[in-house]
Amino acid sequence: MLANGISSSFVPSNLEMLRFAPELILSVAGTLLMVLDPFFGEGKKSPKIFGHISIVAFLLAIFGAVEANTVAGPAFSNLLIVDGFATYFRVLVLVIGVFAVLSSYLYLDREAADTCEYHALLLFSVAGQCLMVSSNDLIMIFIGLEISSIASYVLAGYLRNDRRNNESALKYFLLGSFATGFLLYGVSIVYGVTGTTKLDEIRTFLAAPGVPTGYVALAAALMIVGLGFKVSGAPFQVWAPDVYQGAPAPVSAFMATAPKAAAFAIFLRIFVTDFDKIGSSWEPLIWISALLSMTIGNFAALTQTNIKRMLAYSSIAHAGYLLVALAARSEIGTAAAMFYLAAYALMNIGAFAVVIHICGKGEKNVLISDLAGLGQKQPLTAGLLTVFVLSLIGVPLTGGFFGKFYIFRSALESHLVWLAILGLLNSAVAAYYYLRLLVVMYMHEPGEATESLEPLSPGLGLALALPAVGTFVLGVAPGAVLALATAGAALTK
Amino acid sequence: MDPQVLMQTLGKGVPTSWYLALSAVLFTIGVAGFILRRNIITVFMCIELMLNAVNLSFIAFAHEHRQVSGHLFTFFVMVVAAAEAAVGLAIILTVFKNRSTLNIDEIDSLKN
Repeated sequence: MLANGISSSFVPSNLEMLRFAPELILSVAGTLLMVLDPFFGEGKKSPKIFGHISIVAFLLAIFGAVEANTVAGPAFSNLLIVDGFATYFRVLVLVIGVFAVLSSYLYLDREAADTCEYHALLLFSVAGQCLMVSSNDLIMIFIGLEISSIASYVLAGYLRNDRRNNESALKYFLLGSFATGFLLYGVSIVYGVTGTTKLDEIRTFLAAPGVPTGYVALAAALMIVGLGFKVSGAPFQVWAPDVYQGAPAPVSAFMATAPKAAAFAIFLRIFVTDFDKIGSSWEPLIWISALLSMTIGNFAALTQTNIKRMLAYSSIAHAGYLLVALAARSEIGTAAAMFYLAAYALMNIGAFAVVIHICGKGEKNVLISDLAGLGQKQPLTAGLLTVFVLSLIGVPLTGGFFGKFYIFRSALESHLVWLAILGLLNSAVAAYYYLRLLVVMYMHEPGEATESLEPLSPGLGLALALPAVGTFVLGVAPGAVLALATAGAALTK
Repeated sequence: MDPQVLMQTLGKGVPTSWYLALSAVLFTIGVAGFILRRNIITVFMCIELMLNAVNLSFIAFAHEHRQVSGHLFTFFVMVVAAAEAAVGLAIILTVFKNRSTLNIDEIDSLKN
């Protein structure tokens, strides 16, 4: 045994297994689901049991992630690192996983889709994201990213006979793999220059004086292209509207939140630690990308009529705000991005859950006009959507407000005054298209879609109520989550 | 290059920089093909070309550093590329089944 509970032989120690617990639980659960399929899959069209099992697995994995944090440290020859940062993001993607399952029950039932594969893929995808955020090695990050992405490609086209699903999966797959190629080429150049892919060793190598940084800057640029695609930051955002619009609504909710949070986590981990020394060479790229994402996202969202497509453009704009925090290149900026990702995940899941509720079989009702009269017909659903919309705008007393506040404050403290001003102007533009949802919902007469609306199902009700409570808590008492984010943001430099 | 210098260089083995240049050229061809080609299968092959370019550079760097880890990364990339191909071809098949076309410009039903 070496220090830190690391095994010196090839057999990992118990402590290392505990640090790997969330990934282990999720992959075992995913495999178990596929084994159980023949036993429970018969008879009923879409049995709910698989969803229940995966919720239990996600909750166990959250417990595992918290337990792993009590024995924080490296694992598996330093390939993984469990620290506050990893734990924060692990818990975040696992919570998103729970909400994704809760919001899928009704949808899968309505489409009479196979439930086993769906939940197994969801578990694998989140396992990949957990691996990504706790990696200490560029190759491990790549593998985690691919586990997460390959499962998401299938999920995006889950309803095989739906043409929109096909197209969404194809575009997601082609552009996702294209982006991976860039990321990987960046990794190979970093390996060529430094002779290692371990993040801490790269850091040590680059910290030495007189190291040539030109090629590392090139690698950083290639990785910005790769990760920029994954977080749908402009000019690499073109896939997002089509993919989010075409995918099944609960999958869109998942894809807009969990993979994005994980991709931002590795963005932050690699760029504010390892590449901090060459920060002056990549900061302008992030600056431009942030501004383009906010502007393109918000202005394109103004003219959308499809809610899913509008939310996709809004998620591009939110990626822009997050890139502002990355451009700040500071601990406060990292903490702000972490806080914002939590707030963003809650409000986005909630907004998509309302879409799942109103869309009906075959997703017929996904236009903004289909929300007409929702406030009159189902005041509770309308009220919850109002909470999410206000949070997306960034109105005080919601998580979105504090998220934006912390991000722009970190930008100002890093002297990115113009970026902060342009970001604030952008938020004002965004208010217009978000408020349009409220106008249609409360001031228009009920239409065909809302007249025939069924009452809120229990699963979807939870997927709406819990994020709403979370959004409110983040907006009233942001201290606890912010403290966790700040503690996690203290990455080793 | 002067033939004699060329022979001398090759006598010492092909220099690593040549492999890296080849890798960069292959990667660029992959990117160009991805952007310019219209057939989905060809586009997919261009992505594979990009990944193989990366593999080549990993091998070249591993040789330069006299390390075995670079070779290992290549295997990881190959396994992932195989998994991606399995899923990707399945997706392409369902698209073809529902639309009877493999032209990427005709797959454009998602818009505002």
